[in-house]
Amino acid sequence: MIEVENLVKDFGSIRAVDHITFELKKGDILGFLGPNGAGKSTTMKMITGFLQPTLGTARVGGHDIQQEPIAAKKLFGYLPENGPLYQEMTPLEFLGFIADMRGINNRVDREKNIRRVMEICHLENVRHQPIETLSKGYRQRVGMAHAILHDPQCLIMDEPTDGLDPNQKQEVRRLISSMASDKAILLSTHILDEVESMCNRIIIIAEGSIIADESPDDLRRRHPRFNAVELLLNNEDPQTIRESLRRLDKVGEVIEEEEKLIAVPINGEDINALLFETARSENWPVVGMNKSSVRLEEVFRDLTQI
Amino acid sequence: MQSILAIFKREFMGYFRSPVGYVFLIVFLVSTIGLTWFLGGFFDTNDASMARFYTFLPWIFLFLVPAVGMRLWAEEKKSGTWELLFTLPISVTQAVFGKFLAGWAFISVGILLTFSMPMTVAYLGDPDWGPVFSGYLGGILMAGAFLSICSLTSSLTENQVISFVLSVVICLILVLLGWSVFSDLMLAAHFPVWLVDGLSNFSFITHFNPMVRGLVTLRDMLFFVSLGAFCLFVNVLTLER
Repeated sequence: MIEVENLVKDFGSIRAVDHITFELKKGDILGFLGPNGAGKSTTMKMITGFLQPTLGTARVGGHDIQQEPIAAKKLFGYLPENGPLYQEMTPLEFLGFIADMRGINNRVDREKNIRRVMEICHLENVRHQPIETLSKGYRQRVGMAHAILHDPQCLIMDEPTDGLDPNQKQEVRRLISSMASDKAILLSTHILDEVESMCNRIIIIAEGSIIADESPDDLRRRHPRFNAVELLLNNEDPQTIRESLRRLDKVGEVIEEEEKLIAVPINGEDINALLFETARSENWPVVGMNKSSVRLEEVFRDLTQI
Repeated sequence: MQSILAIFKREFMGYFRSPVGYVFLIVFLVSTIGLTWFLGGFFDTNDASMARFYTFLPWIFLFLVPAVGMRLWAEEKKSGTWELLFTLPISVTQAVFGKFLAGWAFISVGILLTFSMPMTVAYLGDPDWGPVFSGYLGGILMAGAFLSICSLTSSLTENQVISFVLSVVICLILVLLGWSVFSDLMLAAHFPVWLVDGLSNFSFITHFNPMVRGLVTLRDMLFFVSLGAFCLFVNVLTLER
């Protein structure tokens, strides 16, 4: 659906985006991650045709955004960063305008589509209020409604949950997930929980380049403690356990923290069952066993702190 | 065409969604008619014509058209909505045209609302209707040329004040060049006649005055149209990044 090929953007002497290439298929929800200023928004602006790339190009549904901008722009819905909207209009007027711009002229289609997105985004109650008087959450939903008005095959969203309260964030995530099956969705964020709960693919960019492009699971695998097991001790001397852990082939490093031992597997293998068996047969004085928490945030930090 | 119409509709209605539009119309009507009556000495001329009314038009446009035009693009840039606009399936040319036409139509509404003036003239005397209509035609064309300059300057900045000042300065130059007082000054300063004449050809007043007198020539109309087309063309170029 979306093909990005060697996109480069220079602002003066600064290279904001440096040869970014990726592809997005139907059913994908791709999370675009990166520290502030990494080039996420710039990349999205080039994909949507708002900015002209210095080099490279993007195609949406096979249409080159530079050569056939109109055909390409028909296929996606775009929610820019901070959701800019025509403040003096009401949601109803605004969506009517977008329908006109998208060539949805037929009265029945028009009303049907507007009603559909108003329902999805829960805008019925505020449809006659000027957008400038609405809360941030509602405004974001108006932005979302405008992006999906023509039921596009691709959805591109720049920080869709930015500035929303936790409930609204949850609501927007639910909304995005519910649309995932028949669309290709590209969204940027710097909230890692969000990508973990929604995306099936993650691209991390830093200083304009892609440094990781994989599924959340694969990304988790990069964590130094992926699949590590924590053994909780009860004031016992961990010496014997440590030694028997060392004898196990699959266990690499053994880390001692207060009242627990952490066994890190070689190659990220699952050693849960193995340790459970060993603990039982050797009668280790442990009071509990659990998997070490592997947070994407830590992987992200490792990857982006250069 | 469809998208030009959509932008036109949104933009035109936009003038009436905020007080700005009403303030403009009131100030425009009060100043055009007020100046004609009080400063222009409408009664003293003892002439059933609109000449006095038209004399003030370029000078009023000088301030009021930039007030309408300054927001055209500067506001979109400031609020970020141009990102929304230019990621919709339309071309920059369509957007520029739609917005320009809306502003032009809005100013034209203001111009046409001065109909009480010719009606008064007709009530008091027996005017020659030719110059009345050609003056209105010239006024509307001139407003379009003014507005195209404002649309261009508006696209250069996201600050409406800068946009306003810039367009007033450019329009002022284009008005002054054809103003007789200014031409006399230049001649008194020993500028060659050919230069003064040549420069005055670029003025709004030079091309507006014949129309006020009832003389509609292709040359004058082409001046306004080509100036407008040129500014809008550059306008499109500035927006295509």
